[in-house]
Amino acid sequence: MAPGTKRFLTMLAFISPWIIGFLAFFVYPLLLSLYYSFTEYNLLQPSKWVGLQNYSNLTEDSHYLNAVGNTVYFVAFSVPLGVLTAFIIAFLLNQQLRLRVLLRMIFYIPIVVPISATAILWMWIFNSNWGLLNNLLALIGIQGPSWLGSPSWSKPSLIIMQLWLVGGSVLIFLAALQDVPRALYDAAMVDGANAIRRVWHVTIPMVTPAILFSLLTGMIAAFQTFANAWIMTDGGPIRSTEFYVLYLYDNGFRFFRMGYASAMAWILFGVVVVVTVILFRTSAGWVYYGGEG
Amino acid sequence: MTNSEGQIAGLPAQSRTLHLSGRALGKSIFYLGGLIAAAAFALPFFWMVSTSLKSPPDVFISPPKWVPWPLQWQTYPEAWTFIPFFSYTINTLQIAIPSIIGVLFSCTLTAYGFARIRAWGRDVLFFICLSTMMIPWAVTMVPLFIIFKNLGWTGTYLPLIVPSFLGSAFYIFLLRQFFLTIPMELSDAARVDGCSELGIFSRIILPLSKPVLATVTLFEFNRVWSDYLAPLIFLTRQEHFTIALGLTYFLDRDRPLWNLAMAGNTMAIIPVIIVFVLAQRAFIEGITLTGIKG
Repeated sequence: MAPGTKRFLTMLAFISPWIIGFLAFFVYPLLLSLYYSFTEYNLLQPSKWVGLQNYSNLTEDSHYLNAVGNTVYFVAFSVPLGVLTAFIIAFLLNQQLRLRVLLRMIFYIPIVVPISATAILWMWIFNSNWGLLNNLLALIGIQGPSWLGSPSWSKPSLIIMQLWLVGGSVLIFLAALQDVPRALYDAAMVDGANAIRRVWHVTIPMVTPAILFSLLTGMIAAFQTFANAWIMTDGGPIRSTEFYVLYLYDNGFRFFRMGYASAMAWILFGVVVVVTVILFRTSAGWVYYGGEG
Repeated sequence: MTNSEGQIAGLPAQSRTLHLSGRALGKSIFYLGGLIAAAAFALPFFWMVSTSLKSPPDVFISPPKWVPWPLQWQTYPEAWTFIPFFSYTINTLQIAIPSIIGVLFSCTLTAYGFARIRAWGRDVLFFICLSTMMIPWAVTMVPLFIIFKNLGWTGTYLPLIVPSFLGSAFYIFLLRQFFLTIPMELSDAARVDGCSELGIFSRIILPLSKPVLATVTLFEFNRVWSDYLAPLIFLTRQEHFTIALGLTYFLDRDRPLWNLAMAGNTMAIIPVIIVFVLAQRAFIEGITLTGIKG
């Protein structure tokens, strides 16, 4: 056997656990759900081919369109606000502060907490009569809204809670900020750039790879937002927090419309792929990869 | 910090001193900003613990007692029995321990193949492996449910454990990055001595990789402990529930007992905080690595 062939087979043997997993848990389920998306299937009776029926029904399903709108709203606000918050916190922490390790930990701990615990905690924080938030607002003489109980405040509430979960991006920005060469700041100072111009012309361009990464992972996660709304509001009030995956879950596991849920899943998959490709395509124009890439 | 601001007020004439105190002022602004942000992030935890130590009537008063006195420690044993906390913990460990073994087995082997065996097609396969991280789990959950149901696995822990034995892109990536830093000369020397690839893997690479193996263990423990959607879909019987699922039973009434719910929350969070504080460096390096090179 040629040494190249032998090496190839050895590599395949080593990576075989992943190959089997990839086929069993990605390729096969994706193809299966593509097939089911053209059928009517309730788990009890055999699936029945309906062609594009599920997809065309979706375009007329007002609950589906509502879920799409809610999700777009959530992604459009929570992701950019999250990236901005993470950048500002990382920027503050990047100084030679004595308590940096402790501070960094405080920002990171919320994301290692189980999401169900986070959701329960924030339900209590948002409680309109006795919650933390309205108690704090009362201190400055503001009567807070009923947050999760109000159709107009329910999505903003979940977005506020999401900002508490930016710790991962904070760490990524911190690492990026530490890689910005001191010499660049010194050169900018020699050229007479003030602090704001140094941030705008040195810091931000140097951390654009981290911005791209945070936007991308943040968007993929935000499109899938589920447990928070499921636990805190169950999609309400008046379907104002019924997000995409919530409605998908309902169709699959409450109404057992597996075909319909599969069509929803494939549309979500398509959207994630398209958004990822668009972000990468446009990133050439605004992401700056420094010396080390 | 007031010192440096005081210095500014008394503006020394020398420009050098002025420059320095400007810097000090800048630094104290950063310090203050960082502290305020950290306080805002810590406040929910304070609220959680404070509520957990209140008597039932004290929970529902406004303005609140920020530090309830006397502290009502008995909420903790009450919460421990209000939901079957002990069995939920055992259930979660019954999933976590096999899952950790699974990822340690499957991901180290795969990462070794990707990192240390130069062969045709390797980089393409690695790229495919990485791109699976982008596939939303919500997209495969419906077909996976159907598959596991047909296998008769729903209602057991198998759907939550078996996938760990078949690789996970994030850990494969993490381990590969680490394996790449081990000098190739070590492997070459062992090959010359007639050592097989499996021997190099188990006798040279793995013993040198203890830090990253610890990172993977901690990440996987945290993932299982915190996972919500998969147990929700695959576990059908309440006596099998995990801690993350079981916590929501504190809400199962018209007017939740928030002091008990917060005590339960605190108990569910303590293990992950302990793990995190013990292994802060490993966690942070894991996260940053993905960010920079991902």
